[in-house]
Amino acid sequence: MRGSITLEELTVSFNGVRVLHGIDLAIGPGETLGLVGESGSGKSVTWLAALGLLPPKAKVSGRVMLNDRNLLDMPDSKLTGIRGGRIAMIFQDPVSALNPMLTVKRQIGETLALHRGLSGAAIKAEAKRLLDLVGIPDAERRLNAYPHEFSGGQNQRVMIAMALAGQPDLLVADEPTTALDVTIQAQILDLLALTQRETGMALVLISHDLGVVSQVCDRVAVMYAGRIVEEAPVERLFEHPAHPYSQGLMGSLPAIDGPRRRLTAIGGTVPDASSLPAGCSFAPRCAFAETQCHEQIPLLAGIGRDHSVACLVSEAQPSAAIRYSRQKEQRIEA
Amino acid sequence: MSSASEQVDIRSTLRLWGASPVIVLCIGWLLAMILIAIFADLLAPIHYTTQDLTARFRPPAFMTGGSADHLLGTDHLGRDVLSRMIYALRTSILIATLGTLIGAVMGTLMGLAAARFRGIVDMVAMMLCDVQTALPSLFIAIAFLAFFGNNIVLFIILVSFEGWERYARLARGLVLSEQTADYIRAVEAFGAGTGRVVFQHLLPNIAASLVVQATLNFPGTILLETSLSFLGLGVQPPDTSLGLMLGEGRRYLLNAWWIAVLPGIIIFLTTLAMSLFGDWLRDRLDPTINKEG
Repeated sequence: MRGSITLEELTVSFNGVRVLHGIDLAIGPGETLGLVGESGSGKSVTWLAALGLLPPKAKVSGRVMLNDRNLLDMPDSKLTGIRGGRIAMIFQDPVSALNPMLTVKRQIGETLALHRGLSGAAIKAEAKRLLDLVGIPDAERRLNAYPHEFSGGQNQRVMIAMALAGQPDLLVADEPTTALDVTIQAQILDLLALTQRETGMALVLISHDLGVVSQVCDRVAVMYAGRIVEEAPVERLFEHPAHPYSQGLMGSLPAIDGPRRRLTAIGGTVPDASSLPAGCSFAPRCAFAETQCHEQIPLLAGIGRDHSVACLVSEAQPSAAIRYSRQKEQRIEA
Repeated sequence: MSSASEQVDIRSTLRLWGASPVIVLCIGWLLAMILIAIFADLLAPIHYTTQDLTARFRPPAFMTGGSADHLLGTDHLGRDVLSRMIYALRTSILIATLGTLIGAVMGTLMGLAAARFRGIVDMVAMMLCDVQTALPSLFIAIAFLAFFGNNIVLFIILVSFEGWERYARLARGLVLSEQTADYIRAVEAFGAGTGRVVFQHLLPNIAASLVVQATLNFPGTILLETSLSFLGLGVQPPDTSLGLMLGEGRRYLLNAWWIAVLPGIIIFLTTLAMSLFGDWLRDRLDPTINKEG
């Protein structure tokens, strides 16, 4: 299928320390996948590794398949055509992700020249069209402006215009709204959804913000300590989280209706990648952990309706979340 | 772009930039020297090689015995000192400018390559820098000129050795820190290759520091040129340079001081002006230095 991207057994280590432990993910054309997890869970590293953007000291293995070709086997000269052309990536802080010394036209024009072979007047016309598309007012005049003359939200729009310039099959947005305030955040998410509808590209939204993910995505993968622990359609995950970690994440969200209740936090901290516990990485923080959890690493397994989870204990009990939070409250009171 | 910004007059712009009167004077002096060098043919009253053995050792016009024919006197062969200084200035500035440019370009390229490729390239580049630091460029130049004889191309290349390793180290350090910036990651993610990343994105962002380094290095290059010419290893007669005039005039310091002292003053003032200008430029472009101070 054109534009479908599959990560298979993607593993990354830095200086002998494994930070990704075999990631399997598939994104179909036009699909929107959310990738959530705490800082350091490997969300960004997954995609930097897939595009070969990690520093040379990082060891990457596994396969990244795009149209039956493995990106990890490709020489750098071929990869540059993929980056921006087939898979584009935008980053968290738009102000620092644009070159401060170059005009917006030059920066958008660069992608146009690299991936679309445009030049001269065609670049200017297309750059203007793209700025219009991402909702920059007075695009014609703003083409010659520098990044510092734009606001943060506008800079992120410019970044999105740059990404769209290469007409990619997949856009990886790495926390695109984290550095922006809430109203701008909503606008940028709307813009991403809109451009996705118009261009039919797939979108991977990396975020630690569950609200953002629920608003935009079709499917969500939850990452913990370099592994995917649960993958499900978005409504399913929010209603019936199966992994204790996902349940903890949902439990930490305030409900807009229903009675007020104490928000639950997940006890403990993310383990250091260099000293992961044996067995399930989440076991030391898990309320349901049994003996086997400390010995055996759970694999991602389907539990029906496109829902898969990597847990030895949980059988996706809907009541688990409630049980979990009750137990937590008891522990706090004790 | 707009006509309003073009009409802002230079003096108030300079004052806005925190230029003290001394800096304005320095910039004025440097501009004057450059203009004199460019228009040497029009400005020199007499050709610099024209000899008049009947008018040797004429003092400058402001001294007793001086005449308006030779405003700054004549040398031991009766050549007009003013005319010779004007041409000497052209030679010296040309050599120093070319030398500085070549050194800056080579050093910067080496630094960029070292920072970008790391590994063996980095090791070799830094080793060469250490060698250059350990050996004064004057010694290297003397050795080369002694072996290969003198010609202007070799001479300019040797002058460019002055301080290239500083550009290399500077560029390397700047690129190492700059290439971790988000926007470099972003352009790489958009599919830009190494050459594009280095020359379109990194270089413009580190150029300011390199330009400052060039202005600080320029006086050193002028001095190296004059030193070599003074020693007779640089510019050869009948061509002339400020250093060569100094060298020729030193034998007559007691009875005809103007032959050596006047070019010496020009060298001194030009290098001083350039150094002060460089210091000022560095302070202006370095955001970590307090602009109010």
